[in-house]
Amino acid sequence: MEHAAVLHAVESGSKIQDLAWMILVAPLVMAVGTTLFVPRDRTLAAVFNIGGVILSFCLSFVLFCVFGGGSAQCTPFEWLPIAGLDVHIGLHIDPLASLMLLVVTGVASLVMIYSIGYMHDDRSYPRFFASLSLFVFSMLGIVLADNFVMLFIFWELVGISSYLLIGFWYDRPAAADASKKAFLTNRIGDFGFMLGILMVWSALGTVDFAVAKAKLAENPALLGSMAGIAGLLIFMGAMGKSAQFPLHVWLPDAMEGPTPVSALIHAATMVAAGIYMLCRVFFLYTAAPGWPGPLSMLGDLSAATLISLVGAVTALLAALIAVQQNDIKRILAFSTLSQLGLMVMAVGLGAKAANPSAAMFHLVTHAFFKAMLFLGAGSVIHACHHEQDIWKMGGLKAKMPITFWTFLIGTAALAGLPPFSGFYSKDEIFALALETNPILFGVGVLVSVLTTFYMSRLVLVAFFGAARSESADHAHESPGSMKWPLVVLAIPSLMVAWLPLGPFLSESFDPAHPVHLGDIFFGPFNHNPIAAFFGFGAALFGFSLAYSLYWKAAKDPLPTQLGLLSKVMRNRFYFDEIYETIFISLHNLFSHIADWIDRWVISGLMVRGVSGLVNLSGRALRLVQTGNIQSYTFFFTVGVLLVVLLARK
Amino acid sequence: MNVGLQHYLIVSGLLFSIGLLGVVIRRNLIVIFMSLELMLNAANLSLVAFSRYNSNLDGQVMVFFTITVAAAEVAVGLALIVALYRKRQTAHVEDLTTLKF
Amino acid sequence: MPQFTDILFFGLAGLVLLFGLLTVANPFSRNPVTSAMFLVLTIVSLAGLYVLLHAFFLAAIQVLVYAGAVMVLFLFVIMLLDLKEEEHRRLKSGILAVGSLAVVAFVGILLTTLLKAKPTASAVAGRLVEGDTVKLGTLLFENWLLPFEILSVLLLVAMVGVILLTKKDLK
Repeated sequence: MEHAAVLHAVESGSKIQDLAWMILVAPLVMAVGTTLFVPRDRTLAAVFNIGGVILSFCLSFVLFCVFGGGSAQCTPFEWLPIAGLDVHIGLHIDPLASLMLLVVTGVASLVMIYSIGYMHDDRSYPRFFASLSLFVFSMLGIVLADNFVMLFIFWELVGISSYLLIGFWYDRPAAADASKKAFLTNRIGDFGFMLGILMVWSALGTVDFAVAKAKLAENPALLGSMAGIAGLLIFMGAMGKSAQFPLHVWLPDAMEGPTPVSALIHAATMVAAGIYMLCRVFFLYTAAPGWPGPLSMLGDLSAATLISLVGAVTALLAALIAVQQNDIKRILAFSTLSQLGLMVMAVGLGAKAANPSAAMFHLVTHAFFKAMLFLGAGSVIHACHHEQDIWKMGGLKAKMPITFWTFLIGTAALAGLPPFSGFYSKDEIFALALETNPILFGVGVLVSVLTTFYMSRLVLVAFFGAARSESADHAHESPGSMKWPLVVLAIPSLMVAWLPLGPFLSESFDPAHPVHLGDIFFGPFNHNPIAAFFGFGAALFGFSLAYSLYWKAAKDPLPTQLGLLSKVMRNRFYFDEIYETIFISLHNLFSHIADWIDRWVISGLMVRGVSGLVNLSGRALRLVQTGNIQSYTFFFTVGVLLVVLLARK
Repeated sequence: MNVGLQHYLIVSGLLFSIGLLGVVIRRNLIVIFMSLELMLNAANLSLVAFSRYNSNLDGQVMVFFTITVAAAEVAVGLALIVALYRKRQTAHVEDLTTLKF
Repeated sequence: MPQFTDILFFGLAGLVLLFGLLTVANPFSRNPVTSAMFLVLTIVSLAGLYVLLHAFFLAAIQVLVYAGAVMVLFLFVIMLLDLKEEEHRRLKSGILAVGSLAVVAFVGILLTTLLKAKPTASAVAGRLVEGDTVKLGTLLFENWLLPFEILSVLLLVAMVGVILLTKKDLK
C-alpha cells in the first residue's frame, strides 16, 4: 500500500479511529433513524438529533484533548481499488480537522437547541431536525475526508442537504427558487472542482491528500504547467461553496430558509467548507506556478495570487452592498460574503508564507460570532412577528436585553474591536497582507471600515431609538431555548481568540517554524503595530461614521447623499439582473433552438417523416390487395418465375 | 433417336404449364381445382420418369403417396367449395373478394 | 428407325398435352363437365405413359383413384352445385393475355433449362427397374411403413373434415 508509507502509526490509533468514526456517523444515524422511525414524533425527533450532534461534540472534545496536536490517517475501507486510482474511505485527523470538528459540532449543537424554540410552530419539525443532522454529517465528512474523491462526495452531500434546508418551506415559491439557485450555482463550482481533482489525479497519480502532499514536497514542480489551472479549478469548488465572486449570488437568496439554517450555513457548515477545503489542499498552492501554453502570459502569477484577488473583490463588493441593505438577514448575509472574501484573500496571501492559518483562525472566530449574530437576528425576527426590515424595528434594546447584549458582542467581534475575538483573527489577516501585498491590505482596511459601518447602522437602527412599527412595539424577549444558545455563543465570540489558536494552527501547517506564544492580549500591537492600529482605527472610524448618520435617524440618509451609487448598492450591483440577461437569455436562446430542432427535425422529419412514409406506402400498397384470387395467383406465378430465373444456372 | 428422361421431363413441364395457365386464367373454382390436379399429375410424371431412369423405386413410392394425398386434398377442397357455395351461392373467384380492403 | 415404344411415347405425350389443354382452355365449351371429361382423358393417357415407364402398379392406381374416385367426386360436386353460369361469362382478355404471357415465359425458362441439360448415361437398358406390384409393395411395407401409416391417418382426418364441412347446420 502506497499510503501505508505515510500513515503515521499512533499508539492508540485504533481507539482514535473509532472515536473519529463515531463522531462522523452519530448525526447520520440520528437523521436516518428520525426519518425512518419517528417521522411524526416532535419531541423524540428533537431529542434524538440534538443528542446525536451533542454526542459528536463531546467526542470531538475528547478527541481534541487527547489527540489535539497529533495527526493520524486511518484507511478502513478500500472502495475503488482500480490500478492507478486507489480510492478508499478513510479519515484524516490532524490539528486542523480536530479544531474544525469542534467548531462544526459546537455551533451545530447550539443552533439545533435554538431551533427548538424558533421552529416550535412548524409542522415539519422532525424533518427539519433530520435535515440538520444530515447537514452536520456531510460537513463532518468534509472535515475528516482523507482524499479528494471522498471529499467530493461529502461536498455534494453538503450541497444536497443545503438544498433541502434552504427549500425547507418548499411551498413558498421564493424558498423553492432560492434552493434551486443555491444548488445550481454550486454545481458550476463543483464542475470546476471535479475537473481540478481529475487534473491533480492525472498529474500526481493519487487522490490521497497525504500521498499527494508527500509527492509535491519531494518535487514541487510535479504539477508542471498544470499547477495554475488545477489550483484555480479546485478553487472553483470553494468559489461555489464559500460564495466567492462571481458565484456569490446564491448566498443572499439562501436567506429564504429558516433562520437557524442560515446561521448554520453562514457559520459552521456550508461556507466554511470552501475555506477549510482550501486549507486542506493548501499544499497545491505552494507549488511552483505554471501555466499551459495559451495562458503563458500569466507568467509567474500564481493561482494563489489570483485567489487572493478574487477574495478581495468579493470582500469589497459584499461590504459595499451590505451598506445599503435593509433586511436584517441580508445585511448579515452580505457581511458573511465579505468576511469569506477576507478569508479567501488570506488563503491566497498565505501561499507566500506557506501558511494559511490566518484564514482558518478567522474562520473559527467568525463561525462563533456569525452564528450568534444570525441567531440573534432570528430572535429579533421571531419577536417582531417575522418583520425583517430594520427600518420597521427600533427600540428593541429595552425589550430584548439578552438578545441586544449578545448581538452587540457579535457586532463588536465582527467589527474587529479589541478584545473581541474578531479583532485578533482579522489582525492576523491584516498583518499577513501588510507583509505580502500592501494594496490588498488597503482593501482589507476599507472592508473593515465598511463592516463596522453597516453593523453599527444595523444595531443603531434596530435596537436604539423609538419603535417604528407596531410589531416592534409589541416585541418581547424570546423563550429560553433561543436565549441560552445566544448566551453560550457569546462566550467564544468574546474569548475564543484568547486561546493560542493562531500559533496552534500555524504550527500544524508549518511544524518547522513554531510560533512562540507571546502575550495574547496585546500581542497584535507588539507583533505588527501598523496592522493592529489600522484594524482598530478602521473599526472606530466606521463606528463614528455610522453614529453620526444613524443615531436617532428616522430614515436612511444615505440614498439622498449618495444618489445613484446607493441605488446600485441596494440592488446588489445588479448581479442577478446581469446574470439573468446574459445566462438566462442565452439559455433561452439555446433551448429555443433545441426545441425547434426537436420539433421539426427530430420529431417532424425523422419520427413523423418515417411514420408518414410507412403510412403512405401502406396506402399505396393497399390498392394491390384486390381480393381477387386470380391476381394473387398471377403475382405468385410471377414470383415463382423470378425465383426460378435467379436459381437457374 | 431414343426417347429418354429428357423427353418425359419436357412433357411433364409442358403439362405443368398447362395447369398453371388454367389456374391463372380460369375463374371457376372447380376448373381451377382441376388445373391443380393437372399440375400434380405433371409432377408425378417426372417422378416416375426419374425413378425409371435412375433405377430407384422410391420415386414411385412417392407418387403413390402423392396420389393418396391428392385424393384427400380433392375431397377436402371440394367440401370447402360446397360449403362456400352454400354461403355465397357462387363458385366464381371474382365474387369472392372478402380479402379486398 | 424409331422403335415402337418411341412412337407410342410421342402419341401418348401428344394426347396428354392436347387433352390437358382442352381441360383448361377449351375454345368450344366452358362447361365444367367438359373440362372434367377431358381431365379424365388426360389422366388415362398419363396412365399410358406410366405403362411405358414400366410403372404398372401406378398406372393401375392412376386410373382407379383419379379416373375413378376423384373424377366421380368432381362430377358429383358439379352436379350438386348446378354450375351453368360459367358459360355466360367471358374470359377477360387482359387476364388471358397477361396470364398466357407469364405461362409462356415459364415454358421458355423450362425448355431452355431442360434442353441445355445433357442427358446422363443412366438410361442403360438392363439396369432399368420394373415398377411391379410385388416390388413396390415390399418397398412400401419395409422402408416406408411409417409414412404409409401416417398417410392413412391423414385420410381419416380428411374424411372427418369433409363430413364436418359439408354438414348443413354446424351448430
